[in-house]
Amino acid sequence: MPKRKELKKVLVIGSGPIVIGQAAEFDYSGSQACTSLKEEGVKVVLVNSNPATIQTDHEIADIVYIEPLRPGFLAKIVEKEKPDGIIGTMGGQTGLNLTMQLYERGFLKQFGVEVLGTGVNAIETASERGKFADLMHRIDEPVLDSVAANSVEEAVEFAKTHSYPLILRPAYTLGGSGGGVAHDENELAEKMKFGMRLSRIGQVLIEESVIGWGEFEYEVMRDGKGNCITVCNMENIDPMGIHTGESIVVAPSQTLSNDDHQMLRSASLKIISALGIEGGCNIQLALNQETGEYYVIEVNPRLSRSSALASKATGYPIARVAAKIALGYTLDEIPNAITKKTPASFEPALDYVVVKIPRWPFDKMPEADRRIGTQMKSTGEVMAIGRNFEEALQKAVRSWEIKKSSLSDSSFKSLEEILEHIKNATDMRLFAIYAAIKQGVKPEKIAELSGINVWFIDKMKNIFEIEKEIGKAGKRIYKNAGLLTKAKKFGFSDSQIASLVGSQEIEVRRGRKAAGIKPVYKIVDTCAAEFEASTPYYYSTYEDEDEANPKGIRKVIVIGGGPIRIGQGIEFDYCCCHASFALREEGVQSIIINNNPETVSTDFDASDKLYFEPLAFEDVMNVIEKEEPDGVIVQFGGQTSINLAMPLAGEGARILGTGIEGIDIAEDRERFRKLLNELGIPQPRNGTARSFEDAFEVAERIGYPIVVRPSYVIAGRGMQIVYNAEELSRYIREAVDVSGKRPVLIDKYVEDAIECEIDGVSDRKRLFIGGIMEHIEKAGIHSGDASCVTPSINLSREIQKKLVDYSRKIASSLKNIGAINIQFAVQRNKVFVLEANPRASRTIPYLSKATGIPLAKIATKIALGHELDEYVGDTPKLPYFAVKSVVFPFLKLHGTDFVLGPEMKSTGESMGIDKDFGRAYYKALLGANLDIHTGGRVAISLRPDDRKHARSLAKEFSMLGFEILATDGTSKAIGEGIPVGIVKKVSEGEPNMKTKILGGEIDLVINTPKKGRDSMTDGFKIRRSAVEANVPCITSIEAAFGIAEAIKSVKENSLTIEPLGYYMRILKGGRCG
Amino acid sequence: MGKEKRALLVLRDGSIFPGKGFGAEATSVGELVFNTSFCGYQEALTDPSYAGQILTATYPLIGNYGVNGEDFESDRVQVSGFVAREVCDKPFHMKSKETLDRFLERFDVPGIYDVDTRAVVRKIRNFGVMSACVSVYSGKQPDRDELLSKARKLDYSKIDFVEMVTTKKRKEYWVDGNKEVVLIDCGVKTSIIRELLGRNISVVSIPARTSAEEILSLEPDGILVSNGPGDPALLSYVAKTVRVLMNKLPLFGICLGHQIIAHAVGGKTFKLKFGHRGGNHPVKDLESGRVYITSQNHGYAVDERSLPKEFTVTHRNWNDLTVEGMKHRELPVFSVQYHPEANPGPLDSTYLFDKFLESMK
Repeated sequence: MPKRKELKKVLVIGSGPIVIGQAAEFDYSGSQACTSLKEEGVKVVLVNSNPATIQTDHEIADIVYIEPLRPGFLAKIVEKEKPDGIIGTMGGQTGLNLTMQLYERGFLKQFGVEVLGTGVNAIETASERGKFADLMHRIDEPVLDSVAANSVEEAVEFAKTHSYPLILRPAYTLGGSGGGVAHDENELAEKMKFGMRLSRIGQVLIEESVIGWGEFEYEVMRDGKGNCITVCNMENIDPMGIHTGESIVVAPSQTLSNDDHQMLRSASLKIISALGIEGGCNIQLALNQETGEYYVIEVNPRLSRSSALASKATGYPIARVAAKIALGYTLDEIPNAITKKTPASFEPALDYVVVKIPRWPFDKMPEADRRIGTQMKSTGEVMAIGRNFEEALQKAVRSWEIKKSSLSDSSFKSLEEILEHIKNATDMRLFAIYAAIKQGVKPEKIAELSGINVWFIDKMKNIFEIEKEIGKAGKRIYKNAGLLTKAKKFGFSDSQIASLVGSQEIEVRRGRKAAGIKPVYKIVDTCAAEFEASTPYYYSTYEDEDEANPKGIRKVIVIGGGPIRIGQGIEFDYCCCHASFALREEGVQSIIINNNPETVSTDFDASDKLYFEPLAFEDVMNVIEKEEPDGVIVQFGGQTSINLAMPLAGEGARILGTGIEGIDIAEDRERFRKLLNELGIPQPRNGTARSFEDAFEVAERIGYPIVVRPSYVIAGRGMQIVYNAEELSRYIREAVDVSGKRPVLIDKYVEDAIECEIDGVSDRKRLFIGGIMEHIEKAGIHSGDASCVTPSINLSREIQKKLVDYSRKIASSLKNIGAINIQFAVQRNKVFVLEANPRASRTIPYLSKATGIPLAKIATKIALGHELDEYVGDTPKLPYFAVKSVVFPFLKLHGTDFVLGPEMKSTGESMGIDKDFGRAYYKALLGANLDIHTGGRVAISLRPDDRKHARSLAKEFSMLGFEILATDGTSKAIGEGIPVGIVKKVSEGEPNMKTKILGGEIDLVINTPKKGRDSMTDGFKIRRSAVEANVPCITSIEAAFGIAEAIKSVKENSLTIEPLGYYMRILKGGRCG
Repeated sequence: MGKEKRALLVLRDGSIFPGKGFGAEATSVGELVFNTSFCGYQEALTDPSYAGQILTATYPLIGNYGVNGEDFESDRVQVSGFVAREVCDKPFHMKSKETLDRFLERFDVPGIYDVDTRAVVRKIRNFGVMSACVSVYSGKQPDRDELLSKARKLDYSKIDFVEMVTTKKRKEYWVDGNKEVVLIDCGVKTSIIRELLGRNISVVSIPARTSAEEILSLEPDGILVSNGPGDPALLSYVAKTVRVLMNKLPLFGICLGHQIIAHAVGGKTFKLKFGHRGGNHPVKDLESGRVYITSQNHGYAVDERSLPKEFTVTHRNWNDLTVEGMKHRELPVFSVQYHPEANPGPLDSTYLFDKFLESMK
């Protein structure tokens, strides 16, 4: 079937901000789909609220809307753009749900828009569990007994005839949100209520459990003619009971025989055909490996995290092909983009092993429940490729960015603790298994406790056997080339070998190279070398033949950002992609090294050459030695890549852009302080404590409150604001290990200050500032968690001049070349510099989208030797406002409190852009999934410090028509004349704030937390209930006022939509239309 | 894996891959080929079509689920040698009865592992299949030149391997049903017989040299010409038989059987550079326009231009467009180059056996 020529304009829906369960994979699939559509001459309209995406670049889509992903906004876009078709399967669950909502509300029919690719019937059947089970019965595929319950009663009724534990899966939710396991009736009722609230249609599937069975996934594609292929099969190492997004996954399956595999594959093809999917889908199956029985668990009728993984694991570009299918092509008509000579209608053959490990946020949220299960908690993932399982696994661990170079972990206190982690899986399970093996626990026993197939445990035991051999050899290992080669073949890192033989990584590296043991690079080509590949990617291994074939041309390596985690999001991947694009524009070969399978940067055509490798010194340096590039760019991959600058330079790599010296001055607090002193730039008083006593002395000297940040963290607690000596003492005792080598850095906390930052690019002559971004919350909240607006709304011209002046001085003294980010606190008329980062910050994509200036690209070109004057003049004066808002993962992480501080907690961001601040902020909030109503009930409870604002805040909301509810203390502060309903605190009995929130009586919660951390407080319970009831919860007084302004603006002016191009036009025209 | 055995793989072009040995301590020669399936090694190793060949698995981890008592495509290991990247010595599967090492040893077949199999595959891809010698030893290293001359001496296309793998005497498989098929066994895979029996078709398997008269005297409802090893051009004796039978009975050819039918009607076959071996090849059914993922194992292909007018090409390999299936324009005679019986590989094409049954009605 050739392409349908009548499809001239297509709307693609993105997935919004990065949240747990929806990470960078949908920028990857969306971008690939857009490119694939554009290639066919189709005009692409793209909507996404997340500015840190490649798909929202004008090179990728023709018309870009950065607008909230809400049915109302989508309807307006559909009405304005009148596309011929819509594709919602690239934008995760968000895209899928929106497509269904537009369909159900009749918008699509009204405007004559066709759902392309997988149709609404297929989506409905796959998503609504009851319908799905019916279909499976009809085609004779086994499904677990289940009921689609719409009430607690229905669920309990089902439980009477089935045995616990039962699995709950809410319909139309993401990442297993609201799902769980119920072991008894109480738990069932409680989880049922929670699940119903989160399901778009208030429905929860109650299902029999096959906890402990093997879990297998098949990525399947089908075209409109009925041709089907499986792209890849994957085996979840963690068995049923752990969400596939939380599982360690290996591809292809390792423990299936041909019969097992064909049985599951045939079932998958039967299912995709019966559903009538046109595009890709993911099918999950449970297999009992003792009896051979299987069940179909579920189908994702869209691109998913697993399909991104499958694409990277095989080289098969699923989204690209799915987009072509949506236009009417059949699989046999689409060429394989990797080989270019063979068609897409084949099944990739792997000649390597792929291991994926999820990346969890517990390092940033130590108070969260670390157990993993049916609901996702991880924020991202890493992937590694090797020629055996051990190698792939150890490379994945090295890629994990948890400061580990091996599976060894000595932090377990007892065997009981180890076994507990194995039995009730946590993020530490892999390490616990290795620790158990070390302690002599039999693989069969570990397999029994964990439900993990013993095959995998045996492989881990093999790693331990080799570890023992290495330990025994000690330093003689350099003379034992056989053993050293074996260690490398099984994935041992140099630093791991060094610690086993009592040496240094660099020594092992030298010894290894002297013995002639170097990695070779093999390629991912979709076909196990059967055909020649034209756009392959590479991975290292220790074998004979090297296929890297470096060319003697001008080339530069861009070091990526690794897994998506709190503090290191998609923004850095965006920057790395831009760096690669800029290199190409300059005719320089771009080489990317990264290990995150979800990203655009690891797409086969994002660079000229991709190395899928851990971002550890060893692996990166190996690539550098192989390629001998003209330079290495470290300023775009966030902390991951900047941390590599020093060791790489030490081994002779040429770092492009800001030099090592500049990086060191900015990173070293002492040196930075000295620099600011020399420049006469104020900064908060600060000091470094090298002992317990030191800390008090420094604190006394600079005065409380202070911000403390350890350089070495024990209990996962990072930065904190400390208000007095007692708190300081507790903090140091509990959370940090302070010593000469591990100092604690102490800064004066600048109270009641406005925080702001600049992103800029400097060449050898000057600094270009892209814009000043003013934080909405006051200083003290991590810049990644703060909302911000550009242009500034509160800073005077004089202050702004000062910011610019300080920035210039700092950039010039750091000899900054390329991107730089500087953060400030403005207290009345005084400007303090908080920090300077000589690298791309996470606000670069947002600012680039707001101004239309591709800062990362320009920074790259500057690093190559170009001058700013070729690209930019002065800071643009925006005749509109762009607001960045953020999303938090509290819902998914039980036990966490919605309190913001100097430690970052958000996972993603959204942008709102409009003619005034209010509407831009409102859109940003909606874009960040906060359902802000323009009326209803607002519950206000303020901490004593903030009560001085209570009256004016209440007045604002009252005038906006809100009904105000407050706790006693706050209501007294509000005072006379404003009608306030007094509600009990949680500790005062029911009904109270918590019950009202959970009962759906409140539309907005404003709760500013008291200082210090305590999960027993009323405030915690209020915030937690708001999180669980999905009610927007505002925890800073400044944001509360901002929201009042936003609501006011929305009430006065209707919300409209405009493409990004519109704003760029009025920016050029210098007026607001 | 017991005591450590060493091994050498020596290719006709003089390249040498030293590795570790498994299976039998022995030396054997064969045509070096590769298969891209990631599982199904037991079926492949026992597939008679691999007779005279040294099989390289492109997937690096082999033997993970051991060897069981069921997945045999014949009663023994058929390959002359096996090349793998890594062989699992602790397999785990509910059906597993022994390790791959033990299995090959039992059938006296040498295996080599811990070699860069991707390098081997790339060599074959770039230079074509070539003869090779694999030697497993525990004592003194065998003389490399001697192994090389052994490899060079082998001329795969001159040997009639069908003679070695065809059934020595007639075998009958009776099931309830009214159809009976004579299977000309050129090295049949058990799964073909299983597919027929599963459709209530009785099967009489006969040696490849059986005459047409003798076959007709059995009064079958149809003929199946099986898969098998080697160059079809050497099998004029089977082609002659087929020539007679095709005018009288419904006839279905699989793989080598398909090539023999081509020869029977005056067509030609040619040798592919490195063959098609794996479970991922797309084949387009030219009548329906549908594409199927197929299981393949062949080193020769039918030359389309050589086919007489009464034959029409029905299937094409969508990677290289070679002939994958044909049929007679009038007679109930059809054949495919790939393996509808799968094992190993996808089960997408088993409907062809239904079609065969249909042709006998």
